[in-house]
Amino acid sequence: MYKIVHKEILSEVILLFEVQAPQIAAKARPGQFFILRLDEKGERIPLTIADTNRDTGTITTIFQVVGRTTREMSKLNVGDGILDMVGPLGEASEIENFGRVVCVGGGVGVAPVYPVAKALKEAGNEVIAIIGARNKELLFWEDKLAAASNQLIICTDDGSYGQKGFVTQAVEQVAAAGKIDCLWAIGPMPMMRAMAATTKPLGIKTIVSLNPIMLDGTGMCGACRVSVGGETKFACVDGPEFDAHQVDFDLAMRRLSYYKEEEKRAEAVANCQCGGDGQCHG
Amino acid sequence: MPRLIMEKYAMPLQPAAERVQNFTEVALGYDQETAVAEAKRCLECKKPKCIEGCPVEVPIPQFISLMKTGDFQGAIRQIKAKNSLPAVCGRVCPQESQCEQLCILGKKGEPVAIGRLERFVADYQLAGSGDDVQNQLAKKVITKSKKVAVVGAGPAGLTAAGDLAKMGYQVTVLEALHVAGGVLMYGIPEFRLPKAIVQQEIEAIKKLGVAIKTNYVVGQLATVDELLAAGYAAVFIGTGAGLPYFMNVPGENLNGVYSANEFLTRANLMKAYRFPEYLTPVKAGQRVAVIGAGNVAMDAARVALRLGAGESSIVYRRSEKEMPARHEEIEHALEEGVKLALLTSPVEFHGDQKGNLTAMTCIRYELCEPDQSGRCRPVALKGSEYKMPVDNVIMALGQGPNPLVGRTTPDLELNRWGNIVANEANGITSKAAVFAGGDIVSGAATVILAMGAGKKAAQAIDQYLKQKI
Ligand SMILES: Cc1cc2nc3c(=O)[nH]c(=O)nc-3n(C[C@H](O)[C@H](O)[C@H](O)COP(=O)(O)OP(=O)(O)OC[C@H]3O[C@@H](n4cnc5c(N)ncnc54)[C@H](O)[C@@H]3O)c2cc1C
Ligand SMILES: Cc1cc2nc3c(=O)[nH]c(=O)nc-3n(C[C@H](O)[C@H](O)[C@H](O)COP(=O)(O)OP(=O)(O)OC[C@H]3O[C@@H](n4cnc5c(N)ncnc54)[C@H](O)[C@@H]3O)c2cc1C
Ligand code: FES
Repeated sequence: MYKIVHKEILSEVILLFEVQAPQIAAKARPGQFFILRLDEKGERIPLTIADTNRDTGTITTIFQVVGRTTREMSKLNVGDGILDMVGPLGEASEIENFGRVVCVGGGVGVAPVYPVAKALKEAGNEVIAIIGARNKELLFWEDKLAAASNQLIICTDDGSYGQKGFVTQAVEQVAAAGKIDCLWAIGPMPMMRAMAATTKPLGIKTIVSLNPIMLDGTGMCGACRVSVGGETKFACVDGPEFDAHQVDFDLAMRRLSYYKEEEKRAEAVANCQCGGDGQCHG
Repeated sequence: MPRLIMEKYAMPLQPAAERVQNFTEVALGYDQETAVAEAKRCLECKKPKCIEGCPVEVPIPQFISLMKTGDFQGAIRQIKAKNSLPAVCGRVCPQESQCEQLCILGKKGEPVAIGRLERFVADYQLAGSGDDVQNQLAKKVITKSKKVAVVGAGPAGLTAAGDLAKMGYQVTVLEALHVAGGVLMYGIPEFRLPKAIVQQEIEAIKKLGVAIKTNYVVGQLATVDELLAAGYAAVFIGTGAGLPYFMNVPGENLNGVYSANEFLTRANLMKAYRFPEYLTPVKAGQRVAVIGAGNVAMDAARVALRLGAGESSIVYRRSEKEMPARHEEIEHALEEGVKLALLTSPVEFHGDQKGNLTAMTCIRYELCEPDQSGRCRPVALKGSEYKMPVDNVIMALGQGPNPLVGRTTPDLELNRWGNIVANEANGITSKAAVFAGGDIVSGAATVILAMGAGKKAAQAIDQYLKQKI
């Protein structure tokens, strides 16, 4: 059991958990993730390690409630345990002193981009962080991103906070002001795809973190395969970070939707009288 | 002299029409009376050949002899001295090409059903009837201060761990998944090898004092070098052949194209056949095609039928004669309604706008004359392409070695496929204090060969550690 030691509700659909996992905390590097299973009957789902505290032996993860497992997870409280957690998984981000770098986090993607920004700043880069959300209510970790960057730009789609507009527009402004040596973009697939389309003509090296459906997370099943530069890669061991300009985003987005019906059914049975053993929904 | 019975007593099976509707075990096992009768077929040869066919040297004539008198506890004690997973081996070993192949009765009739007898006594003991044996055998005997790490809890790792514990070492098994067992848990389906049985056998290994840490990925949480630095005097690597191969043909990343590993892991390890009670989904649509014709392919095709596929076909580019699966598995699959599409193989997959698989283009093959090696090479027939509608494809083309340990252990010699280079006789690798065995060394093979490798490595580790004092 991995014990939850801290819980924060960051917005209506986004939560933060700090979980006791000393071995993972000791090893995790920016860009890496873990896989959890809440209980015996649960699914294995991957989440990014958004922060670690080696003194307390804890890791922090931020997740958005999008389906059955994340909803069940949101109901857990401090003191509750998670049955299984395996990590760190995936390759760490390649951190070096590039010069002037931009770290873009969209939606819940603000969490995974934070450790990358922090490490890049520590490596001597000038870090410009751009975080975006649909509206002010959905924004979080403004303070942490401010501390991990030299400049922080905030965008909301509706203009309820920061500048109005998409993160891609903010990137165009930053690029107009000076050369960008490297850019990280982490967020929903459509946002990462749009970012790749924005930076390609500008010739900016761009890295995205892909979030395909995963199962084992050790390269054993191929569920997580993505196409990068025309080659099939397993995101859990070859990634999750890849060169944005090589990624086949359309394929990646289509693969994410394969179990839509089952996901709906899993949510439906959770809300019915049979207590989730599938009797009333067959 | 009693009259020789030339045929094995039949294994009772769940009827095919019934069993394709469920995931419970197909082969039901002998009852006591049949087991004794089958044991009595053994001639107790002066120079028994059968043992030579067993990679872990189970004293076969001895345990069968005890069975004849109804001494099942004595029999299981004999087996367990050499084999820590008899309930598994009795079910999944290819006895026909091992011990039973060498049985003298096989010359004129059918060999003694050694596997079924092994299963009977192992089940007898697991059912609780032999508890005292369990307690006598599974006693913690840590007498040595040296610690050994075992990477991977498949049959190779578990065997090495059990044997080292019996020798008195402190053994810790590190396993990437959330349960121990390797392919026994994630690959081989419930209806051939019930998972509760695998776990019971693992419990017995734990009772020897073996510690098993799950959710531990070596190469991530610790490298092999870090394990050695942390005080493990030796490391055994049994990480298996877990990397699925694909075909590199267009459309292979469409939704609905699975590797056999993914399909079987969803169904077995995650119990997707009980979705939505268990939350992991799996799909087996109206038409399922399994590419390949080995044991893994048979398992996938049979799981697909049980998940409700309307039609499940084996697609293979050679003929029935060359199918590498065990004869019994092919027979069971055919009884259940698995279809064979032989001398054919896909060259492209097609999907709809959502990216879901709808069809595949196949090309027909012809077998040429056997070459010097005696194997007929399949030759594609130009212009023979045809389209076949299909909802799911499962690739069962074999597996390669998982690269995680190799990548993070620079001075460990690998061959060009990424398998660890190790001496087959003792598991010694190019790196001091590091031993390896099972599928990670041999490539995908069998449970018993992996166990044999674990056993030999345990002996070599013991020797190595004794010399080191
Ligand atoms: C490397 C990686 C890092 C991730 N990091 C984060 C993070 O830090 N915060 C966060 O909120 N989300 C993260 N995700 C996404 C997260 O895993 C999914 O949102 C989660 O699995 C949804 O599960 P569910 O049961 O609640 O929803 P479901 O109803 O099962 O699914 C909702 C959607 O989530 C996706 N999904 C479903 N199952 C999986 C699965 N097993 N693996 C991956 N995606 C799946 C699908 O697109 C699906 O349509 C990450 C994904 C990956 C691959
Ligand atoms: C579907 C299927 C059906 C089969 N049917 C039969 C059969 O009927 N009879 C038969 O004899 N054989 C059968 N086999 C083959 C047999 O299962 C294998 O040969 C055998 O399991 C190999 O044992 P192993 O211990 O080498 O590896 P595995 O069983 O593969 O176990 C390796 C273990 O190591 C773990 N691991 C991998 N990397 C790491 C890491 N970095 N850190 C920690 N742990 C790690 C894995 O998670 C796994 O648990 C079948 C195989 C499959 C896939
Ligand atoms: S999740 Fe199974 S290979 Fe990546």
